[in-house]
Amino acid sequence: MSDQNFEPKIIAFLCNWCTYTGADLAGTSRLQYPPNVRIIRLMCSGAVDPIYVMKADLQGADGILIGGCHPGDCHYQEGNYKARRRVVAMKEILKNAGFDEDRIWLRWISASEGSRFAETIHEMTEAMREKGPNPLKEEWAV
Amino acid sequence: MNTFLPVENGDTLKSLQGFFKTLLESKTVEALLLPMRTPAGTISPALVVDPSALASADPLAPIMTVNTATLAGKLSVKKPRPKVGVVLRSCEARALIELTKMQQANLADLVIISIDCAGTVSVPDYVSMNGAGVNLWQELFQQAAASPENPANNIRQACKICEQPVYSPRPETDISIQLFGYNIHQQIGVTLPDGLAGNLGFQAAEPSLERAGTVEKLVALRIAARDEEFAAIRLRLEDKQNGSTSGLQSVFAACIRCHNCMNVCPICYCKTCVFKSHIFDHEPDQYVKWAHAKGAFRMPSDTMLFHLTRLNHMVLSCVGCGTCTEACPSELPVGTVFRAIGQKVQETFEYMPGRSVEEQLPLITFKADEWTEVGE
Repeated sequence: MSDQNFEPKIIAFLCNWCTYTGADLAGTSRLQYPPNVRIIRLMCSGAVDPIYVMKADLQGADGILIGGCHPGDCHYQEGNYKARRRVVAMKEILKNAGFDEDRIWLRWISASEGSRFAETIHEMTEAMREKGPNPLKEEWAV
Repeated sequence: MNTFLPVENGDTLKSLQGFFKTLLESKTVEALLLPMRTPAGTISPALVVDPSALASADPLAPIMTVNTATLAGKLSVKKPRPKVGVVLRSCEARALIELTKMQQANLADLVIISIDCAGTVSVPDYVSMNGAGVNLWQELFQQAAASPENPANNIRQACKICEQPVYSPRPETDISIQLFGYNIHQQIGVTLPDGLAGNLGFQAAEPSLERAGTVEKLVALRIAARDEEFAAIRLRLEDKQNGSTSGLQSVFAACIRCHNCMNVCPICYCKTCVFKSHIFDHEPDQYVKWAHAKGAFRMPSDTMLFHLTRLNHMVLSCVGCGTCTEACPSELPVGTVFRAIGQKVQETFEYMPGRSVEEQLPLITFKADEWTEVGE
């Protein structure tokens, strides 16, 4: 289903302390990455309520990235560990409800990993391009 | 301690009422929350302090109008807490354990009095029996014991696939009323904490030898029925019918987002649910913008978001009481869908809702080294 003209839209929920700062570093370092990502900053990956992710998916986002600090580095000690459990539950629910859970990615990217952020966006954009558009994009009756 | 209540003249209900009376008169509890027959002939949970009112107590009526765990929460969540005994079916007791972990109930001054349940019928069915349901429980118990492979047609779907008809009491604190495995026209089994049994003057007695076998046989058949039901609903959840992009959308296509399932759910406790908030009220032109995005915009909106969010928020604690299915005006199989999905998520976290009050809710705890493949 790959269509080279299709530009995936990725919604990224990034934690203030690590991944958002990492994205900032990618920018100040003049690193190139695809413009397919729309970033929403939260204080912690542990603050990502599943409702935000479900809303983005049902509205037709092609990919949803949740970015947090590496395990052990959470500014609030354990927010990212709890985020991980929530993502595990979320994916299991989506899979069993007949949705595509592989559009949701959880990645740990620190404030110093600007290049890792750029690489992740490259990787995810290509993976979602390969998948093709989220079919929910066209569906009005959700 | 195991003991039993003698039943005189085959009147099982009267024997139970007598037991409850003893609990009030001995001041074991100040009040009892239990199903009562109302003057109009229906059944409703009520809080009883007057022993003479217990003549209307009917915990055997095969009907669950609401999941009483929510009410037990109201009676215990704040101080001062009266000492209250709550008579609960297994699914209600398990919901109460979950609410306790969510800090919406407190077991310190509650005495859980669990009672075996052979199944319940829907509220409209019960009402339409117009009093004929009075002795239905006996049939249900006899059928469950004698020919469990043929569940009574009119028991609720949630009950037909209920693999936990018996609650496992905590021996230090809970009272358990046992009907399976006993000749209920002659005696009822009871287990209660040793100290309380001593105070009330009960003598220890051997438990029914048939009980374990009866329950085991029933549970095995219920598990088989459950697995069959889950397999059928999973096929529907995988199948994307009518042009829907997901199975959940086709199964819940007729949802009108009335929130009934959420309102009756014992686990959905939030006082200010996001779906009842103004977050879903928008400027008129915003709706039109959304309509432009997809060509059309379903209203009321966000039915899928509602179900997916509710799944994320409560399915790990879903005890399978099926009150959601009963409350659905579109007659959607809400409870079966939630249980089938819930089973997978609960397995993932090796969590069984209602099993133990000590077991932590999976989403408030974590291990540093787990699911390393999910977060890379």
